[in-house]
Amino acid sequence: MTQMLSIIEAGLHTTVQDLGRYGYQRFGVPVSGAMDSFAFKTANAIIGNSETAAGLEITALGPKIEFLEDTRIAITGANLGPLIDGEPIELWASVKVERGSVLTFSGPVEGLRAWLSVLGGIDVPLVMGSRSTYVKGEIGGFGGRALLPGDTVSTFDLEQDQDPEIYLPQDFDIPRYTGEFELRVVMGPQDEAFTEAAIDGLFTSTYTVSMDQDRMGCRLEGPLLEHLESPDIISDGSPLGAVQVSGDGMPIVLLNDRGTTGGYTKIANVVGVDVGLLAQAMAGDAVRFTKVSVNHAHALLRQQHAMLASIGQEADIQLSRPKLHIRADGFPVEVLDESGSPLTLAESEGPSTMILGKATIKKELHEFELEIHEKSD
Amino acid sequence: MYKSPLLLTAGDQSLMVQLGDSIELKTNMKVHGLVRAIESQSVEGVLDLIPGYSSVLINYDPLVISEQKLKERVNSIARKVRGGDLNPKRTIQIPTLYGGEYGPDLSEVSRYSGLPEEEVIILHSEVSYTVYMIGFSPGFPYLGGMTSRIACPRLSTPRTEIPAGSVGIAESQTGIYPMASPGGWQLIGRTPIDMFNSDKIPPSVLDAGDLVKFTPLGSEQEYLEISEMVSNGQYKVPVEELS
Repeated sequence: MTQMLSIIEAGLHTTVQDLGRYGYQRFGVPVSGAMDSFAFKTANAIIGNSETAAGLEITALGPKIEFLEDTRIAITGANLGPLIDGEPIELWASVKVERGSVLTFSGPVEGLRAWLSVLGGIDVPLVMGSRSTYVKGEIGGFGGRALLPGDTVSTFDLEQDQDPEIYLPQDFDIPRYTGEFELRVVMGPQDEAFTEAAIDGLFTSTYTVSMDQDRMGCRLEGPLLEHLESPDIISDGSPLGAVQVSGDGMPIVLLNDRGTTGGYTKIANVVGVDVGLLAQAMAGDAVRFTKVSVNHAHALLRQQHAMLASIGQEADIQLSRPKLHIRADGFPVEVLDESGSPLTLAESEGPSTMILGKATIKKELHEFELEIHEKSD
Repeated sequence: MYKSPLLLTAGDQSLMVQLGDSIELKTNMKVHGLVRAIESQSVEGVLDLIPGYSSVLINYDPLVISEQKLKERVNSIARKVRGGDLNPKRTIQIPTLYGGEYGPDLSEVSRYSGLPEEEVIILHSEVSYTVYMIGFSPGFPYLGGMTSRIACPRLSTPRTEIPAGSVGIAESQTGIYPMASPGGWQLIGRTPIDMFNSDKIPPSVLDAGDLVKFTPLGSEQEYLEISEMVSNGQYKVPVEELS
């Protein structure tokens, strides 16, 4: 463990998050976790972290952080104006930082929440299998709370020297947060509790994000969604992205810190690939819903998964090291040279010749170091 | 209770398994039986299960299992859930000090029901309650089985802070606040035991499907002794295993 981040200013609401806490909802413990799992996983992937490594979720006004050691970071999600020692840094990119450097944020440019990954991942205790913070229940993360000035946050030490130069593939789809959200939903589970006009209205109206939005949910304002009879149901489990409508006829989309159960009808459910976008929703933003099938939603998820898996698959080559070195996790090898022919790996040793997935080598082949960190599918 | 479960799409990563449409002990027992059965089969791709009064919400990973395949697995498992699978597995005893500063609304429940305080305590503590589900907040149990004789409406103005361990009544429901929180239930007593502790696995003393019995404590002295043992980690919550 290395003391890595010295929190000089905390920002509006900066918490440690990972992919969330599963297996304890039956005890009433919310899932929590980074509100946009796609942006969060990308932040980890481009610095070579495992996708489950914990990072920081930063909301609107970013913190001021001094780095206590040399490391590598990535910031994805909203553009909150990140600067290292006063110089703007690239978003959705791997950034080298030196000991003593200071990260600040000049203010929101686009979107509301950003995710900061640090090489090795944030080292806080696992609570019920997760490092995510659930502030309301004082569970997990950094002492169950948002970060405060004076906190020192540690990261895990790397098992080996690792300083990957990973880029996003050229066709990687970096989301934009324009203040207009097109959210795809699947119907149910209680769409039958609504009038036909309500179902139509859900897809023909534009809703407005209200002031009432946080990590638990995002309340929308717009045309009334009328129930046939009662808005109440016998309490049941609340899925991520559920569009819940209580007696006042206004929809609330349930997000990561939602209560595990609820007693109101759920007309539809925002699909997995879109729900993370609501992390960026600000009061006054516009929301429109479109209907898709479950199978379509799953195809979208697979597409997104493939895109995440493609990060780091294009091998980066440096000419300074004499020996071919490929980190291996036991998957079959296929390394191609520029012409697309398989590259012979006979001169390399042992299991290190086993690599994962496909790599394209763009430069000369005699002297280089090749590192590939992630297996794709 | 439905003859066979109704499987409803609840987003692209959750499936709602509806076993009935009312709050009934029999349906709820089937809920817990189904949860246990799905767990014991360790169905691939299942991330989490949330038992409700009459439903189970299944969170799944669509990259591992399709909705169709999950529905087939759940249907085949549900068909086999019956008989002894449905019985509660244990009774948890909750030592409770009724009345006084620990249960400031006992007098109101007594007044509302027209029963003496002692009678309210007897009626509240002589039966076993079923934990229908846990929700609202971490560790908060929805208990079924209270006699309507001691039912009492919620406070007209909720309290801003209720101490952890408070035992309350709202309409014909009773429950325990596992953590300090705001709330509008009529507080009739308090337990010194630590109902929810996020550092423990499992974090909650109660699990959905358990039976719960309140054991009245004789004095504040007794409450404080248990409280001391709880904070030293020496107190073991009395659990009766049922066959």
